[in-house]
Amino acid sequence: MAEENREIEIMQSVYDKNEQVADQINAELTERGIFAVNVMGAPGVGKTSSLIQIIKRLEGITPYVIEGDIEADFDTITLQSMGVKAIQINTGGACHLDSPMIGQAVKDLNIEKGVLFIENIGNLVCPAEFMIGEHVKMLVSTVTEGSDKPYKYPLAFEKADIIVLNKCDLIPYTDFDEEFYMKGVRALNPTAPVIKVSCTTGEGFDEVSKWIKEKANA
Amino acid sequence: MHEYPVTKRIIAVASEFAAKNGIDEVKQINLVVGDYSGYVASSIELYFDIIAEGTPCSGSKLNIMRVKPKLKCSICGELFERKLFSFECPVCGGDGVPTEIGQEFYIKSIEV
Repeated sequence: MAEENREIEIMQSVYDKNEQVADQINAELTERGIFAVNVMGAPGVGKTSSLIQIIKRLEGITPYVIEGDIEADFDTITLQSMGVKAIQINTGGACHLDSPMIGQAVKDLNIEKGVLFIENIGNLVCPAEFMIGEHVKMLVSTVTEGSDKPYKYPLAFEKADIIVLNKCDLIPYTDFDEEFYMKGVRALNPTAPVIKVSCTTGEGFDEVSKWIKEKANA
Repeated sequence: MHEYPVTKRIIAVASEFAAKNGIDEVKQINLVVGDYSGYVASSIELYFDIIAEGTPCSGSKLNIMRVKPKLKCSICGELFERKLFSFECPVCGGDGVPTEIGQEFYIKSIEV
């Protein structure tokens, strides 16, 4: 007869390493007076364009940006040309940023006092699963993606501390159903503010920037 | 797509625990994976044998216990599995909010 197996209990999250590093980064940033925003959203929703609108309105608060992309550095160059201290992380294929990548980038940036925007890889799935040392998560969502997105990609909506609904100037040209969208968002996330914006017209960004400033100063 | 590093981590944790307990062969790893954890159980299985080679987990069985996500009704408190495109509670029709059930992703135990 085969010997019976003996069970050794472990009960350890597979994310433990990532979470430990994220906690360290968060503590280090807080100590340096940095408020970190993890910017998430699908490709093409206007994450960088939203950051440009927000940064213009930060008045007196120093912005920093870590740009995550699989390849290329167009967004970093755009931000640097505005005088923003920005660095690029190319994941070379990985679909999300994780905390060891950010730990290194934060060291390289050598920053103090201000707001650090960490623009995650364009992806509505994986970034929501990984903490990267942020204080808040900002989700950029759009009317052109369709109003069913909260139902299809619930985790990103659930984890967000603020939802920026971009491309609202295009509502007349789409079949975006705001009621259906908001019903899904509210079921997943009863408290996060949902702010309608347009990077083209700038509408809504005063409110987004005010929310960030209040959180950063709190 | 990040199942590869995650599978590596599972094997590393199991091997660490085996070493701590003076064991050189792990027969089974019991892993709990919620369907909302973002991990595809079959992809973890796909990598497992290759990565486990040469570790105490080589040849061990990977037992994945999957957990179906449940929402909790904000009105009547019922725990339920959601239907597609809906968060509606089957009992009272209220909206369900996400719970931790279905987001699990941990190594429960090893069998030696």
